[in-house]
Amino acid sequence: MIANYGFEDGSGSYYIAIDTDNCTDCKERGCLESCQNKVFEMVLNDWDDEVAIIKEDYCNQLKSICAGCKPLIDRPELLPCEKACSFRSIVHTW
Amino acid sequence: MTMSNVEKVEYWRWGESNWKNPNISDCSGSLITAGVDIGSTSTQAVILADGELYAYSSIRTGSNSPNSAIDAMKWAMDGTGLSLEDLRYTVGTGYGRVNVPFADKSVTEISCHARGANMIYGPSLRTILDMGGQDCKAIHCNEVGRVTSFMMNDKCAAGTGRGMEVIANLLSVHVEDIGKMSFMIDEEPPPVSSVCVIFAKTEATNLMRAGWSKEKVLAAYCHAMALRVARLLERNGMEEDFAITGGIAKNIGVVRRIERILGVRALETEMDQQIAGALGAATIANEKITNWWRRKK
Repeated sequence: MIANYGFEDGSGSYYIAIDTDNCTDCKERGCLESCQNKVFEMVLNDWDDEVAIIKEDYCNQLKSICAGCKPLIDRPELLPCEKACSFRSIVHTW
Repeated sequence: MTMSNVEKVEYWRWGESNWKNPNISDCSGSLITAGVDIGSTSTQAVILADGELYAYSSIRTGSNSPNSAIDAMKWAMDGTGLSLEDLRYTVGTGYGRVNVPFADKSVTEISCHARGANMIYGPSLRTILDMGGQDCKAIHCNEVGRVTSFMMNDKCAAGTGRGMEVIANLLSVHVEDIGKMSFMIDEEPPPVSSVCVIFAKTEATNLMRAGWSKEKVLAAYCHAMALRVARLLERNGMEEDFAITGGIAKNIGVVRRIERILGVRALETEMDQQIAGALGAATIANEKITNWWRRKK
């Protein structure tokens, strides 16, 4: 399942997409430590599989929370959380 | 005229309802399961008898979520002879899913809406737009109602029932009349702001001052709301068949404009689209208890 966490308001659309089907095969859980703001957490989904989600309180603040990893100049090809996921299951849409 | 003589009209208040399946006269001996969807604005309760839709209710969520869940369930049970003790398994869902005091499990509203919409519209359904009181969700599901992707926005009132209530109060039009009134125009006007309800409200006020009729302003507002949610659907991807759930599914002005923007016709139903979440929850409850029984044998 592709879970899109984030929001849209008058300034734009800010979502992080997570392909949670790959979480069950993941041993490293690299996403949890890769984010300096600790936006990710592991939870049991409705079907009792452990998957990564964006913490509920952070969903509507991603624009500001993630700004630190997105400099205007020399933005890395892969953000720390995108790189940390060995399955490349995390994608920022902005 | 004094203030005490003025009748205060609540234009935002939509009608609460309950329903009982006329084809089921006696459910004694049946497996009774239930789902309760406590939303930020409305609460629905659905009862299944041996997996078949038996009764439901839809009420305004009060200030106390547990009481809203109990009130909704009791009203759904009205005339059935059932009591809370007859429920073999109940699933709570929605914004207040952990506040259903008699629930055996809570399941997210995304999963429940997909399952409930699959029950209402059938296995061909792939894209669901749920327009709730304070949030808006675009959901993809497979043929058995299992979610394959979702995108939700609850940051902003634009595209939600709350936004519609704001315009109902502004124009002194009952919220249930907005849809049909929005078509009482000669020509479709351009939309008001689709990015923010505050901006849209200001624009609507200015348009009224400029001489626009209420109907024309409502058309512009419904158009803006349709544009806003169409963007969410396109961002998550559109695939037919497509259906709309939630309270705004009853607003024909928004529904028809969404269809026109996307070039896709939404599936229709005689059922109350607002019960999709609770119906999905009740269906999951039914599966949980019947699977448990099968494992026990």
